[in-house]
Amino acid sequence: MLILTCPCCGVMADETELSPGYEAHLKRFGPGSTPEEFEAYMFARKNPKGVHFERWRHTYGCGKWFLAARCTATLEVFGTYPAQVSEPPADIIARIQARRPDWKADWQPDGKAPK
Amino acid sequence: MKRYSVFAIAREAARYHMGWERAWASPEPRASYDAIIVGAGGHGLATAYYLGKNHGITNVAVVEKGWLGGGNTGRNTTIIRSNYLQDPSAAIYEKARSLYETLSQELNYNVMFSPRGLLMLGQTHHEVRGYLRTVHANALQGVQTEWISPQRVKELVPIINIDGPRYPVLGALYQARGGTARHDAVAWGYARACSAMGMHIIQNCEVQGVRSENGTVTGIDTSRGFIGCRKLGMVVAGHSGQLAEMAGFRLPIEAVALQALVSEPIKPCMDVVVMANTVHGYMSQSDKGEMVIGGGTDGFNNYTQRGSFHHIEETLRALVETFPMISRLKMLRQWGGIVDMTGDRSPLISKTPLANCFINCGWGTGGFKAIPGSGWAMAELMAKGEPGPLAEDFSMWRFKEGRFIDESVAAGVAH
Ligand SMILES: Cc1cc2nc3c(=O)[nH]c(=O)nc-3n(C[C@H](O)[C@H](O)[C@H](O)COP(=O)(O)OP(=O)(O)OC[C@H]3O[C@@H](n4cnc5c(N)ncnc54)[C@H](O)[C@@H]3O)c2cc1C
Ligand SMILES: [Zn+2]
Repeated sequence: MLILTCPCCGVMADETELSPGYEAHLKRFGPGSTPEEFEAYMFARKNPKGVHFERWRHTYGCGKWFLAARCTATLEVFGTYPAQVSEPPADIIARIQARRPDWKADWQPDGKAPK
Repeated sequence: MKRYSVFAIAREAARYHMGWERAWASPEPRASYDAIIVGAGGHGLATAYYLGKNHGITNVAVVEKGWLGGGNTGRNTTIIRSNYLQDPSAAIYEKARSLYETLSQELNYNVMFSPRGLLMLGQTHHEVRGYLRTVHANALQGVQTEWISPQRVKELVPIINIDGPRYPVLGALYQARGGTARHDAVAWGYARACSAMGMHIIQNCEVQGVRSENGTVTGIDTSRGFIGCRKLGMVVAGHSGQLAEMAGFRLPIEAVALQALVSEPIKPCMDVVVMANTVHGYMSQSDKGEMVIGGGTDGFNNYTQRGSFHHIEETLRALVETFPMISRLKMLRQWGGIVDMTGDRSPLISKTPLANCFINCGWGTGGFKAIPGSGWAMAELMAKGEPGPLAEDFSMWRFKEGRFIDESVAAGVAH
């Protein structure tokens, strides 16, 4: 069972208390954007095997959205943080780099695969 | 390839079974091939088979990081049906189902296709309406299905409880020629036939990079070195996102875990497949007597082939309510696979931004039933460079164009 600490209310929440919201830090494209930009925002996904940043909702707790850094290959949790940021905070990045020295930050929300 | 037959069994019985040959060869990779398929699951092997059989392309390698059939093909609960709602889905799933009818004869390999009949229970009025709509759609598509009464359900499935407290059975969408097949045998049968055509099946060889020149694919880097190719087909289910990243593009896909479990073997008690999508569980009985059980996916990205326990609990709770007699059954084994889920729950059989690189994925929780049809369509796409009638609607650009093939509405659990 996945356990995440909700940064909004501080509760250590079991997976059954949470709803997954998939990829975090997406940059929104709406009216006026190109079809390519809209498609990249709306549908194209990073879906990495390894470090991932995602949205979660503490549905059966405080009800708030928050973000989590997790490894999809091992299910290790690196930490959770509030949703009101456009990129992961430095302490989360540091924790990931300590555990995954080869990992390269790639959360730029342009919808393109990192080169 | 020596043919399997009753005479072969008699011959081998007379000489202590010393004369059986290996079903497929394990050759060293060549420097390059006309076509390489990544992923020796059912879909990859079927693609290779129909490349040879329908298009005469046999200078082909199927490259597999583990052992063939060890991905979702060897982990699924083997339900075969074609009672989908949308026309493109009905076309490809019915093509696959009809190919399954004669696959054992065609491959000279017993895939144990068992068209024992399949019921999808209607347990809410909303669901009943949805299935009635599917029955009408299927009639127009030439797919044989019917809507049957709760009493008929009870006749077909004596162990079912049709007046459960929460969700009584209000009827069922019945496909008499749906059923199951032996999953490993499907992979093995195609592999044997591919090997007999001179194709190379290269196991324990992980693809680690895709090389290209001027926007055209030239080959793959693998754990056993570079292998060149003129055409590349990526057929890796849960790992499609990774392969796409190697080739420089992204897919509308998330990889999540789906679990299944089997009980201890019991005497024959249910000779049809029953799916209960409202409560999220389905069940059939294997030839060995085990009850084969599955449910819904986990909700988050996961590559570990391990799912969350509470989903098993939910599935079993639903099935115990529907089949009270299984409440005392012991479960023997439980496992997970990584399924590739698209937004509209329909697959991609598509060209990609990289020229001569093609992708077949997104079958998610329900691609075993599609293997022959999918291989047929993918082979045509790879051979001609353009999709044929079965594949054309499944392009990866349908999301940009807003042409979804919406099957998530048609069936909550899409096996
Ligand atoms: C628990 C469960 C139950 C299911 N039940 C049903 C059902 O009842 N009916 C149904 O129709 N469908 C069902 N499915 C879905 C079905 O199993 C899949 O859709 C189907 O098997 C996919 O086949 P495939 O050949 O595309 O993928 P796979 O069989 O997964 O094959 C892909 C192969 O690619 C290989 N690969 C991955 N990455 C690389 C790499 N980098 N290099 C080389 N090789 C690589 C993998 O090792 C794997 O062998 C179920 C799935 C699961 C997990
Ligand atoms: Zn909370």
